[in-house]
Amino acid sequence: MPAEHYLNVKYGLKSWLLTKDHKRIAMLYLISVTVMFALGGLFAGLVRLELITPGGDFLSADAYNKAFSAHGIIMVFFFLIPAVPAIFGNFLIPIQIGAKDLAFPRINLLSWYLYIIGALLGISAILAGGVDTGWTFYPPYSSQYSQSHVLLAGLGAFIAGFSSILTGLNFVVTIHKMRAPGMTWFRLPLFVWAHYATSLIMLLGTPVVAITIVLLVVERLFGVGIFDPSIGGDPVLFQHLFWFYSHPAVYIMILPAMGVQSELVATFSRRRVFGYSFVAFSSLAIAIIGFVVWGHHMFVSGQSMYAGLVFSILTMLVAIPSAVKTFNWALTMYKGSISYETPMIYAIGFLGLFVIGGLTGLFLGAMGLDIHLHDTYFVVAHFHYIMVGGTVMGFMGGLHYYWPKMSGRMYPDGWGRLSAMIIFVGFNLTFFPQFIAGYLGMPRRYYMYDPDFHIWNIMSTAGATVLAIGYMMPLFYMAWSWKWGRPAGPNPWGAKGLEWTTQSPPTTFNFDETPIWNEEAYDYDPEEAEAEYEREFGTIN
Amino acid sequence: MSHSHTHGHPKGLVHHFDDLKQQNEAATLGMWGFLITEILFFGGLITAYIIFRGLYPEVFLHGSHMLDWKLGGLNTLVLLCSSLTMAFAVHASHEGKPKSAFNYLILTILFGSVFLVVKYFEYKAKVDHHLIPGSASFTFTEGGVDAGRAQIFFILYFAMTGVHALHMIVGIGIVAWIATKVRNNAFTKDYYSPVEMTGLYWHFVDIVWIFLYPLLYLIDLTKVGGGGHALLDTDTLMKLLG
Ligand SMILES: [Cu+2]
Repeated sequence: MPAEHYLNVKYGLKSWLLTKDHKRIAMLYLISVTVMFALGGLFAGLVRLELITPGGDFLSADAYNKAFSAHGIIMVFFFLIPAVPAIFGNFLIPIQIGAKDLAFPRINLLSWYLYIIGALLGISAILAGGVDTGWTFYPPYSSQYSQSHVLLAGLGAFIAGFSSILTGLNFVVTIHKMRAPGMTWFRLPLFVWAHYATSLIMLLGTPVVAITIVLLVVERLFGVGIFDPSIGGDPVLFQHLFWFYSHPAVYIMILPAMGVQSELVATFSRRRVFGYSFVAFSSLAIAIIGFVVWGHHMFVSGQSMYAGLVFSILTMLVAIPSAVKTFNWALTMYKGSISYETPMIYAIGFLGLFVIGGLTGLFLGAMGLDIHLHDTYFVVAHFHYIMVGGTVMGFMGGLHYYWPKMSGRMYPDGWGRLSAMIIFVGFNLTFFPQFIAGYLGMPRRYYMYDPDFHIWNIMSTAGATVLAIGYMMPLFYMAWSWKWGRPAGPNPWGAKGLEWTTQSPPTTFNFDETPIWNEEAYDYDPEEAEAEYEREFGTIN
Repeated sequence: MSHSHTHGHPKGLVHHFDDLKQQNEAATLGMWGFLITEILFFGGLITAYIIFRGLYPEVFLHGSHMLDWKLGGLNTLVLLCSSLTMAFAVHASHEGKPKSAFNYLILTILFGSVFLVVKYFEYKAKVDHHLIPGSASFTFTEGGVDAGRAQIFFILYFAMTGVHALHMIVGIGIVAWIATKVRNNAFTKDYYSPVEMTGLYWHFVDIVWIFLYPLLYLIDLTKVGGGGHALLDTDTLMKLLG
């Protein structure tokens, strides 16, 4: 281990809570986001336990509503949105572009505190008795007639939103203004491009959901109709404003994971990402087109048929850049010299699950088909294939890939691969049956269901148990590696990129002098990779 | 972007930047990014305004009669003056004249405070006329429009002007803080970007008001023109609004 690094320059709680070092702030996020993930998982467990039988025997109808709402609100606002950008983006973007820190270190720390305040408000809403609106806060569930703690939860999401805005602002400015000499836009790792696109959505979308929550709160406090139709309000206005943010928000959740995916595929295939600039621009295309498809959530909400038609077509369009990425990752692996360390197991898992999640998204985006599938478990399954199969796999892949850089030590790769495969199996067992149950007509958000759907729900709950075991394993071997893991050295994966030239863990300012960078991105030697491939698999025809 | 490693430490340069130019550019881009989020924040409110004005045009017409367009106009002038003094303060900082910059910043604070005082009296008049939405005593009889819907106009009025006033209060706080720094000679000709950023924010808050004033106060132009010299009479306006 290097003598001095960002973890051992100072000790004590104060040195962490007042730190301006982007790497320490990333570690603060890692801890708090993991806690929220566990909490959200706990509520998912309650939901799956209730659904193990068709009758309502474990939770009351009310408690069930509160359990799935808590699961959704915690996972979306306090896990999925900050997970990859606030942890890995924060830690790596400055190092990858050759900067000493993010542009605004104090604002970075502020955004962590805002996240914590938001999370505490969210938790206190649950402790006070819960929210029964679902994560979407739709009126009239959330209007003044709701008896649950919408105010607290809404305030929590509002404040967490500002945390996300500030993170996005920091990334945009850092990527524009702090790149080292020679680090041109088209030499940036695709991880950085993905975070740049994500940050644009954070900046442009989050304020709209913030003001929507303000209006919701105002309506509840004053009892004046804004969204509640019984007093002159317009509930469809809420849905428009909400989805104007919340559809792009799913790209806030998935784009950073796509960025991780590009890094993993290149490193463990020993090849430059195929069609680098297409992958880079596809991130921007997703961010831009993602802003004009929100109406696909409202096909049955009384939006005009013609609006529905346009939104349906635009939704098909936004699938194109995602498909570009998917094909390019596959083509990067083709003829690459692939090795199967833990992060690559996650990357391969991501690829397969994202394809299923993405294609079923097209089912839902097709207006006619959506009339049948709307509000069924098919939607739940699709969403989880993207958010768990995509984002969480990307998160886990990123964690296993960057952990040696962040901690300076290696975890046991065998355990890592085992847990990755358990997660993959558990995930499919949990969510694939939900596609079938949903297609057959099982509605979402009910605590009881027709006994015909029983078998699919038993499979799903069994899968969730396997999944939980898979998620818990890294807690143990990562904690073990923190103390006893083998020192990683600067570049344990033999990867290309500025972040792998620094010591692990890096020093507080990453570089003593601003570095000068002369390499293209993913500058792997194709001949070397091909030779390696031939040694392993014989001649390529 | 110049990355020449600066020997010696220019005043105001933070360690993680290479030079003042890079630092200033970062601050400027950051401020513009922040202002864009602000536009979208107010944009959500204005969307709600547009939807409800489209749904209930007559309610908005009669609701706006209860707002004093003369006081609103006065406040518009006051804010325009404050923007002018703010621009002078930034210019003085650019010229390296902290004394004059300080005076202009104080003038800006004064104009901002006048705006808030006028706003206070406007709000107080709404309380006196029982126009506080959500309160049991809310009464609205003008034009025979539904009092419940009139509350929607007033809730939007209070939400839009309230969020704007909040931005003014924050702005005055920031200008005061920057003014003390100017007084303590914290800035130089090369490093005054905090003054410039404060100016950007201040101008933005002013521009928001420039939009809010006609949207809320000037719905019925016949009142503004003093009746006889109206640009549009009520009937034509109603037709235009559908
Ligand atoms: Cu969507």
